[in-house]
Amino acid sequence: MNWRTISITGLILFLFAIAGTALVSFTYENTRDRIAANERATLLRKLHLLIEPARYDNNLFEDTVMLRDRELTGTPGPVAVYRARKTSRPVALVLPAVAPGGYNGTIKLLVGINYDGTLTGVRVISHHETPGLGDGIEEERSDWIHGFDGKSLGNPAMNRWQVKKDGGDFDQLTGATITPRAVVKAVKKSLLYYRAHRDTLFSTSGHRDNGQ
Amino acid sequence: MNSPSYSEIIRQGLWHNNTGMVQLLGLCPLLAVTTTVINGLGMGLATTVTLMSSNLIVSMIRGLVRAEVRIPVFVLIIASTVTVIELVMNAWFHDLYRILGIFIPLIVTNCVIIGRAESFASKQTADRALLDGLAMGTGFTLVLVVLGGMRELLGQGTLLAQAQLMFGEAGKALTLTVLDDYRGFLLAILPPGAFIGLGMMIAGMNVINARRERRAAVELPLIQPAKA
Repeated sequence: MNWRTISITGLILFLFAIAGTALVSFTYENTRDRIAANERATLLRKLHLLIEPARYDNNLFEDTVMLRDRELTGTPGPVAVYRARKTSRPVALVLPAVAPGGYNGTIKLLVGINYDGTLTGVRVISHHETPGLGDGIEEERSDWIHGFDGKSLGNPAMNRWQVKKDGGDFDQLTGATITPRAVVKAVKKSLLYYRAHRDTLFSTSGHRDNGQ
Repeated sequence: MNSPSYSEIIRQGLWHNNTGMVQLLGLCPLLAVTTTVINGLGMGLATTVTLMSSNLIVSMIRGLVRAEVRIPVFVLIIASTVTVIELVMNAWFHDLYRILGIFIPLIVTNCVIIGRAESFASKQTADRALLDGLAMGTGFTLVLVVLGGMRELLGQGTLLAQAQLMFGEAGKALTLTVLDDYRGFLLAILPPGAFIGLGMMIAGMNVINARRERRAAVELPLIQPAKA
């Protein structure tokens, strides 16, 4: 094989690499805004599951406070807490939380908490639990996650914030204990965090989130 | 390489050279997602679309690529195709993406795509390559659906659970609870269940093939003495 053949072959490969990269970047550029809008709409739908639209009159996406707490959110970077108010009075907030002790990786949650400290509800945003077993924590797959609705740190008592197998009040899922255990623990941690930081969370001035 | 007829391509994809049961390619996604019929169907459809587009592109550029660099070029094509499909789905079919989205990155790990590009699409005309993608993809989808059905039935006692994820609210009616108050058979859902289930299916296929051959051996000499 001489230099000429080698150069031509190399050039062909190079051109395909350019074409492939160009195609992907072109598609990315043309879908980016749409995807961001889709994700925002999906997030708003999720937030509305936790805080009914009628209960607040502010813009959830603009009234956020950036939270840096690795223990709670699982990342060192800031994560948005969404605050709902009606006539400027605090109603509820949605706290992002992470359950690190899942069966397979971390479980990302949204925890909705009323101003008085009761849960409006909990939703799973992402997880890698076993399909058919641990994925019962998803609302679409079972009612398990609704077991948190209306609960607070006194209801059930602090030491009952565990799955039944560990002597607590929360059901486990058939065939999966580790997943619910991790979620219960994370929700309890969020409530403890809320109790300690409620006033700061609501009073910190709003952060204008432009969706970036 | 001679050009197989359309019906031969279809027969190869659906049965004789089925990716899931004969070539045993793409076992990673096959074993990972087949816990329910719907998961299997989703993965199968996503793979079929990718397989058809990558086969078509590979076949169209087959005159341009030199043998020495064909594999890297195929890898580039497949990776770009999968990424573009993922982005387009995320932008325009967002709800579908949220269901199938998790399966799409898994498609890249499916050796059947590069296998078909190398062994078929790079040597055949575009129409045959496209049909091969469809046939191979459909064969793969059927295996996923059957295996998913077996595991779902044994593991949870249902069929087509969460059909609403794919067919909308109307899909809820499709779900069949075959065994009421069934406690579930964990092994079927866990990875070993996938291996055992696939093993059973391959065994079943071998039984059918052996029976066919025996029948052919009896009948063939009478009707058609020459070997086909």
